[in-house]
Amino acid sequence: MAAVRGDVGDFELVTARTLGEACDRVAEGYKPLAGGTDVMVLLSSGKLRHPKWVDISGVDELRQVRADEGMFEMGALTTYTGVRRHPLLSRELPMLAQAASETGGIAIQNRGTLGGNIGNASPAADSPPALLAYGAEVVLVSRRGERTVPYATFHTGYKQTVATPDELVARILVPRGDPGRVHYYRKVGPRRAQAISKVCFAACADREGARVLGVKIALGGVAPVPIRALEAEQAILAGESVERVSAALARGIVPIDDVRSNALYRRRVADNLLRDFLRHVALPS
Amino acid sequence: MLPAPGPIEFRVNGVARAPCVHPMRRLLDVLREDLALTGTKEGCGEGECGACAVLIDGQLVDSCLVPVAQVRGCDVTTIEGMADGTSLAVIQQAFIDHGGAQCGICTPGMILAARELLDRVSRPGEADIREALAGNICRCTGYTRIFESVLKAIELERGGGRAR
Repeated sequence: MAAVRGDVGDFELVTARTLGEACDRVAEGYKPLAGGTDVMVLLSSGKLRHPKWVDISGVDELRQVRADEGMFEMGALTTYTGVRRHPLLSRELPMLAQAASETGGIAIQNRGTLGGNIGNASPAADSPPALLAYGAEVVLVSRRGERTVPYATFHTGYKQTVATPDELVARILVPRGDPGRVHYYRKVGPRRAQAISKVCFAACADREGARVLGVKIALGGVAPVPIRALEAEQAILAGESVERVSAALARGIVPIDDVRSNALYRRRVADNLLRDFLRHVALPS
Repeated sequence: MLPAPGPIEFRVNGVARAPCVHPMRRLLDVLREDLALTGTKEGCGEGECGACAVLIDGQLVDSCLVPVAQVRGCDVTTIEGMADGTSLAVIQQAFIDHGGAQCGICTPGMILAARELLDRVSRPGEADIREALAGNICRCTGYTRIFESVLKAIELERGGGRAR
């Protein structure tokens, strides 16, 4: 059956000018709307259910990008275009910049935000694997104050997060990395541009010569939430063979059949990307 | 009860407008239905096809994903704002001269995406054009001629300095 567009008369949209106003509204049961690249899609297809929305796109406190000595702080309203055009972010966090450049086209990148990408909590989103591999943290804000949670614990289930109904994503913190770090990011979808991922793979490694001192691998599209491949990381650090690292990754993922792909294909692609990462980046000959 | 919707003030192609519409209405619908600017097309309605692309303060957006409340105080540019009276913009003329338009549904979005590229990048090459138009889908499959049209527009705007 054809989708019927939602009737805007069923919805309320108010505007928050300050962070305080935004927190008040969210505490009253309004949900945040920023770039609209998820919410308005649901409206257009008649699938938007929540009736009360607060436009937070004009809240300056959520827009700042700061680079301190050891840490980047990106406001939740940082757009993909904002990531791509920021000289330090694009140089030091290339996986995040690549995720930004492969999310939608320019029109989507101009509007979609990092806060929305993680808050919407799609397991197929493109920035979460990069943020996981970089060891990001998320600052949540509400009328009760702020709290910081490791991004690795942010997603609790399919489209579920640790944020309580009165909390907003305020900022994303990412530690600045070793300049010698090796970064590998690849998303696989039906086509190069403007496609939603079947599998998304982000990995970075710190090396001394051929020895891997640290490695972080994260994937999207292979579990109900974006995940770290911890067992595969351990196997790499222990100097295990490619086959054993591959087996460790296979044990750590639970892909499903859905509208975008199937479990078998996702397993195969995840394994191919792991092997590509090992071959070209982590383990130089 | 909610109060009746008040006017939402913004400029479209340089003209001040203040439609009394629900703040959640899509900018696309307000342009087409309330302001009778039907040059902006609806394709997919979910940000995949770029047919509804317009500029907000010079920034390319898909107008199907913008609640009209978010353009309060902004400058919106649609395809109707490209020509100067009966004199077509360079990009429009290039699309005509080089067969860049077939059925025409994707053309307004393509032209606005190309406009944003030319405003953003001083000397765009073919890779820049392909990236800039990646969010605009043409189902007549005329991409090559579309890219050629944009390349030609770049040459004309930059004074013919760029060899093909």
